[in-house]
Parts: sequence; structure tokens; C-alpha cells
Amino acid sequence: MNCDLTRTVLHGYLDGELDATRAAEFELHLEGCRECTTSLGSEESLRSSLGRSGLYENAPAGLRSKVRAGLNTMTAPPAVVRIPAWQWLSVAATIVVVASVSWFAWLRPGSDSSATTPFTVAEIIDAHVRSLQPGHLTDVASTDQHTVKPWFNGKLAFVPPVKDFADEGFALVGGRLDVLGGQNVAALVYSRRKHIINVFVLPTKEPDTPIHPPGLRQGYQWRHWRRQGMEYCAVSDVSDSDLYELAQLIYQ
Amino acid sequence: MGMQVVPSMSGSDQGKGSDVLDVQDRARFEQLVLPHLDAAFNLARWLLRSRADSEDVAQEAMLRAFRFFRGFHGGDARAWLLQIVRNACYTWLEKNRPVELMTEFDEELHPQPSASPEALAIEGNNRERLTRALETLPPRFREVLVLRELEGCSYKEIASITAIPIGTVMSALARARQRLQRALTPAPAQEASREL
Repeated sequence: MNCDLTRTVLHGYLDGELDATRAAEFELHLEGCRECTTSLGSEESLRSSLGRSGLYENAPAGLRSKVRAGLNTMTAPPAVVRIPAWQWLSVAATIVVVASVSWFAWLRPGSDSSATTPFTVAEIIDAHVRSLQPGHLTDVASTDQHTVKPWFNGKLAFVPPVKDFADEGFALVGGRLDVLGGQNVAALVYSRRKHIINVFVLPTKEPDTPIHPPGLRQGYQWRHWRRQGMEYCAVSDVSDSDLYELAQLIYQ
Repeated sequence: MGMQVVPSMSGSDQGKGSDVLDVQDRARFEQLVLPHLDAAFNLARWLLRSRADSEDVAQEAMLRAFRFFRGFHGGDARAWLLQIVRNACYTWLEKNRPVELMTEFDEELHPQPSASPEALAIEGNNRERLTRALETLPPRFREVLVLRELEGCSYKEIASITAIPIGTVMSALARARQRLQRALTPAPAQEASREL
């Protein structure tokens, strides 16, 4: 007693891949075939246990940023990204190239801040918007600065200063790796009344600056400054006074 | 039957490693393909049975997909990506674990009764049991199950990802499920086979 349908049509039926006529035929067949009925039962229980067992494995947290870094090296205009910024020796050269490229970038109409940064406004906004997509916000989710800071060890050629300002109303949410202007940067994520603030941090050789006046585009604000060898850019849809407050806390 | 390891991208791969991808390609890629990174990783993980290797292979496949992105003319981006990931996995397996690929669809020679629902009674440490059982299947069986049961692919998608004719997806799944049932059935299966 070997029913052929058990090993064929039954599976199309189980998967909902039969057309209406064949499905109806098979249902009719099921009424009289014990083998198929039993088999359908066990296939259904197998399916539901496969579904319930959490076998699906999502990509590890850092993979997305690694892929993005790779994509950067393949995307034109390549002046910035052709220089492999992660090679230790070329870091200095990269900064020079990046600075000159961004000089041109900032000469374009629509640049509404006087600060020269190694990344364009569009990149900052893009990175911020991208981070708001589901699952993109943090590679390390923690409100503990002592968890977030060491997480960056070995992932970047520098260690970003990380502080939680929950008491001041800016709770640390976590951190992630991101790429700006072809360079790997640290992104620190804060929340302010359910709004997300990204603070991008990367090393610089430029001297300290004060916190620059705000920039505004597409409804997002940013503040930029340099302090003790680090370049900072905070971006969010919160009000500028909130953003400035956080910038000052970090600046101290 | 030889393994199909040459990456074939449904005829749209024009073979030119393109270095002209611009910001617009990038934005389109981020929008259409990158969201399927989890799917790419999951398929690689089940084909290679190693998270670390899968991370490398998935990353490589992703960049390869970008290189050939101009050859993607719309449609099912997930299936298109998974096809590339699958090819990358088989290339990796052929290089690193060639023995694994020698297993063929051979169980037709030894038909087995399907296990009773009781034998498949689901216990607490289900995940581990299922993982082990899945991992004992040859890659060709494993992939159709993963695509169907974990990724929720249609027969049409499975056909395009695995390069098997659409008409045989159903029987491939039937055989894969039978194998999985068998792998999950403890020792008494021996007894059942005496009846044959």
C-alpha cells in the first residue's frame, strides 16, 4: 500500500501550490486514503515545529556595516573611497584627500554651514535616515557607556568617547559602525523623548573648534564640532536647542 | 550528475565586472537588495553550517551582487540575490568541503515509510534536534527545505534560486521532507524497514 500521491501531490497541497481543481481532487482523495491522511498530519506537525523553533538566523550585527564599507569602495565617485581608509599608513593621506574633496562638496550651492567636514551633508542625513530603518539603529544596544565604549575596540582605529546623559534627558541607546565619506566612523545613538539622535565620531588632525551653528535640511538638523582630536557631528529631527544641549554635554 | 557551480545569473549576467556603479545604483541597491541581507546570511548559514564562514560568503556574495547589479532588471530581488548567494556557497563548498557535495539524490533506491506523528512528537529541545537533523541532510535537500520552510519561498522562487526545473520542486521537497522525517525518527525506524 504505497500511495503515489503521498510523495508528490500531497506536498503541493501542503505548500498551497496546487491550483484549485487539483487541490479539490486531492481533498477528495484524502477522504479515502489513510496513508495520505497520516502523512499530511505528520508533515503538518513537522512544518509547524520548523516554524516554531527559531531556526532562522539573522545576519550578525556587524555584517551590514561591513557590506556597506565594501559597497563604498565600489561606488563612484571614487576619489574618496578608492583610498582604503582602514589602512593605517594612508590615514593621513586620506584626510587630506577627503578634506579637499569635501571642500568642493561644500562649495556646491545648498551648503549652508561654514564648517568643512570630511563628509557631505547628504551623507550625514542619509546615514541618519538609514539608521532609523528597522534593525539598523544599533550594532550594540546598551544604555551602559561601559558596554558601548569597549564594543568599539578592535572595530575602529580609534576609540570614541562614550557617555550616557540619561540624567540630562539624553539616554544612550547604543552604538554602531557606520561609514561616512568612505571612512569607518563610530555612531553613538541617543534618544530624546522618543526621537533619535545620531552622533557620528571620527578622528581628525584639525584643531578644536567651537560648536558650529546649526545646519538644516530635509527637516533634519545637525551640529558639527571638533574637540581633542575627534570630529563630531550630531544629527536628528529634534529641535536645535535640544541638539545644542547634547552637543554641549559631549563637548565638556 | 555534476554540480552546477558556475554562477549563472538567469542570463542577465553579462560577465562584465562593472566599475561604473554610481550613487544612484548604490541607492537602488540599498533599497532593493540590502534589505535581504538576513535572507542571504540565513541561506549561507544552513548551506555551510558555520556562522563565521557564512558571514564571509554572504558578504562576498553581496558585493558580487552589487557588481552585477546593472544586470538585475527588476522583479524578485530576494530570489536574484539568493541565487548569487547559493552559487557562492557551492563554490565555497566545492573548494573547502568537496566530499559534502558528492551525496546525490539516492534514496529512491531505499524508499522509507514516513514516520508516524507519534515518532515525531515534539519535545522541548526541539531547536537543537531539528538543527542537527537538518544539518545531516545533503546540501541539495537542506536548501529546498530552508528556502521553503524558513524563507517562505514559492516553488517558482525555489526553482529560480536552485536552478532546478519548476516541475520538480514539488518532488524535491517531498524527498527532502522524507529525509528530514527519517533523520528525526529515532532508532525504531529500523523495525519499520523490516516490513518492506
